[in-house]
Amino acid sequence: MIRGVKAGLLAAVSLAFAGCTANGGEVETASSKPAAEKPVKFNKDPYPSTYKGYPTRLTVVRNVTIFDGEGGRIDNGSIVLSSGKVLSVGGPDMELPTDADVVDGTGKFLTPGVIDIHSHLGDYPSPSVEAHSDGNEATSPTTPEVWSEHSVWPQDPGFSRALANGGVTSLQILPGSANLMGGRSITLKNVPSRTVQGMKFPGAPYGLKMACGENPKRVYGSKGRMPSTRMGNFAVNRATWQKAAAYKKKMDEGKVVDRDLAMETLAGVLSGEILVHNHCYRADEMALVIDMSKEFGYKVSTFHHAVESYKIADILAKEGICSAMWADWWGFKMEAYDSVPENIPLVYKAGACTIVHSDDANQIQRLNQEAAKALASGRRMGMQISDEQAWTWLSYNPAKALGIGDKTGSLKPSKMADVVLWNGNPFSAYTRPEKVWIDGAMMYDAMNPKLRPVSDFELGQPGEGDVK
Amino acid sequence: MMRALLLSAAALIAAPVAAQDVAITNAKLVIGDGSAPIEGGTVVVRGGKVVAAGAGVAVPAGIERVDAGGRWVTPGIVAAFSRVGLTEVDAVSGTNDRSANKSRFSAGLDIAPALNPMGSPIAVNRANGVTRAIVAPGSSGNLFAGQGAVVDLADDNDMVTKPRALQYVAFGEDGSAKAGGSRAALFLLFREQLLAARSYARNPATLAEWGSDALIQRADADALVRVIDGTTPLFVRVDRATDILNVLKLKTEFPALKLVLVGATEGWLVANDIAAARVPVLVSPLTDLPGSFEQLGATQSNAGRLFAAGVPVSVGVFDDDDAHKMGYATQYAGNLVGLTRLPGASGLNWDQAFASISSVPARAVGMDASIGSLRAGRVGDVVIWDNDPLELGSRPTAVWIDGKAQSLVTRQDRLRDRYLTPQEGNLPKAYDR
Repeated sequence: MIRGVKAGLLAAVSLAFAGCTANGGEVETASSKPAAEKPVKFNKDPYPSTYKGYPTRLTVVRNVTIFDGEGGRIDNGSIVLSSGKVLSVGGPDMELPTDADVVDGTGKFLTPGVIDIHSHLGDYPSPSVEAHSDGNEATSPTTPEVWSEHSVWPQDPGFSRALANGGVTSLQILPGSANLMGGRSITLKNVPSRTVQGMKFPGAPYGLKMACGENPKRVYGSKGRMPSTRMGNFAVNRATWQKAAAYKKKMDEGKVVDRDLAMETLAGVLSGEILVHNHCYRADEMALVIDMSKEFGYKVSTFHHAVESYKIADILAKEGICSAMWADWWGFKMEAYDSVPENIPLVYKAGACTIVHSDDANQIQRLNQEAAKALASGRRMGMQISDEQAWTWLSYNPAKALGIGDKTGSLKPSKMADVVLWNGNPFSAYTRPEKVWIDGAMMYDAMNPKLRPVSDFELGQPGEGDVK
Repeated sequence: MMRALLLSAAALIAAPVAAQDVAITNAKLVIGDGSAPIEGGTVVVRGGKVVAAGAGVAVPAGIERVDAGGRWVTPGIVAAFSRVGLTEVDAVSGTNDRSANKSRFSAGLDIAPALNPMGSPIAVNRANGVTRAIVAPGSSGNLFAGQGAVVDLADDNDMVTKPRALQYVAFGEDGSAKAGGSRAALFLLFREQLLAARSYARNPATLAEWGSDALIQRADADALVRVIDGTTPLFVRVDRATDILNVLKLKTEFPALKLVLVGATEGWLVANDIAAARVPVLVSPLTDLPGSFEQLGATQSNAGRLFAAGVPVSVGVFDDDDAHKMGYATQYAGNLVGLTRLPGASGLNWDQAFASISSVPARAVGMDASIGSLRAGRVGDVVIWDNDPLELGSRPTAVWIDGKAQSLVTRQDRLRDRYLTPQEGNLPKAYDR
């Protein structure tokens, strides 16, 4: 009886905080086990989110231009934020509560918070001293057993810059790309916190970071071990997936008696609970990865960096795989040589899922500007893309690719009130976030220096609490 | 009119032509010296040089006329601090000539023969409106990195505008590591190398006497003599406020040094000292993270605060990508304009912001009489933009360098065009060009 209650509680906790875990919190299979060896039991959510939204006030923003995040636009619009959720969004005729805090948005723009699907904040924090280098467990080409959340330093000043300058309300922290399988990623709410658990996005599924191409073969080839070539990359990946498939079969049959943390992650991918985020630059390699995913029965959520997605945009559209891209980074390495500034609009034009990402503590502060440059490149080619359509690259598409599209990423009633008020068109170089709400709580206000978070590291240092 | 249109079209699409005379009319004209844009302006270029620019400027008879149609016309962007031309693919070492960490030479290194005007980054940067660049070497095996150059980004075989235009040295953490591990070692090594060069200048035989104990090679001494006497500006990478003050003090012992500060992330903390020393600063203006312990005070308001204190501030692109994306200079300058609308922040107004990527860096390297603005006598580097040049996504529709119309086609354009439709046709993509 007691055991049953405990199991039920664990399952409930797990469902609340781990979203995608189809089996609930405890994994156990009953049938056909040897008497001496009991199947392993484990909690799929051992480091649960403790994030709860901060106190909110009933808030109205009116007379504002709204990009709803799903491609819609409302001129002279209004929004009501209530108890952490979007209560209603509409035009000038929408009925508004009379007891709300009212923000006049005349001349301003309102969007869903920016979501960066590719960040290393916390894992490679500022200052970038050797002691802070926690993003690559570069001791083995496959480390699916490591979890990026165990490296996140919540005091990284980069989080507050992304909030105040970039309007970033959620972000995925990925392991680096030294390894073919770098480990689990974690999706965070961009709120200051004493602990990483206090930032974890409730209910977001885990991701698995994978990497193609130059990095893994360089890192391990230089150590005189496999992989040292692209074919070596695939051989190691395939052997590892083969092992994972066997592990999953044993798990499904209730025959796993010793936990294997690496295989647990990969089995999670094979069962669809954990989403694959694959660093991959070249088109030909992406095509091979797609076949590998079919060979072993998993799905790639998103190719990251993807500078050659424009060469296979039709294939990516057909396979339903997102591309997370920079606007114009190029030439820093061989596999980034064929980057074009029209990559993002060309992928969009092909009907494939299009995302603007940063992979950078600086560019995460202006992803809106990166999208603007890509948008301009598309329009210069004659493409008809509206501002509000381009905003899907910054919030709803990354939300969907992270498995949180039903909760955030667009301004629809009952979704999380993750909202940015910009002091002008966010696709202008002259525009900045004015206010940022996360789950309806105002976490940044350019007009109020007290609503400017200062990390522990910056306390007592030159420029503490300065505009940044 | 027909003739003007034809010529205009030719200027947009043609390969470089020899003509160096052109008049661009009906422009929203930016001179680049910090003055306000002039509606209905005209710029006249003859023999590759600007002869007149402003409102009511007469167009000489028989000269090629281009009607800008009211669009923005500016001097070409001057990349304030860069490695343009020194690298094709950063991570492919054979194509990367930034640094020479295994060289036995240092200050004497001269990047001129390493510059590759045929490299694809030249065309990409040019297509983003960059016509000139201040190029510095990365590092050597010793303290001084060597001699940089001022270059043009024209579609031709020679990009050197002025060789040996600067000497570069990194102070702070990087310089300390080079010098043996501490700032004390750095400042001593700096001083001893300059004193050795001075001794050599007075008596060249001294270098031979020192033999293998010599701190520098003869070629290095030659270069440092020109630093000591102020012939060659000394660009110093320095970020921490106290390091900046100590660098400024170097002028006490070497009064002719022509210092230019690069980075100066904490410059705003000692802005008045920098202003009093009349030392120009090149900033990467959006640096706002404490990336190291010498950048604790980093803020995007650095440029605005330095400017307000009277420091000549140039905006560069060098803490992220210093060879491929010089076009970011316009975006960064635009961001500084945006800061003027943010309570508590400091930025630059539009005119100052544009000058910070044209005439101000030209002045820092001592060349504002010849490049960086459309004042009479400067080189004919002119750009017509499709929109406000500091706004995101604006691009040139025409570029002249030394009065010659430039191609704006890049290798990236060719790739884009090949894959406008990604599916292969009757023949593979390799036949599509």
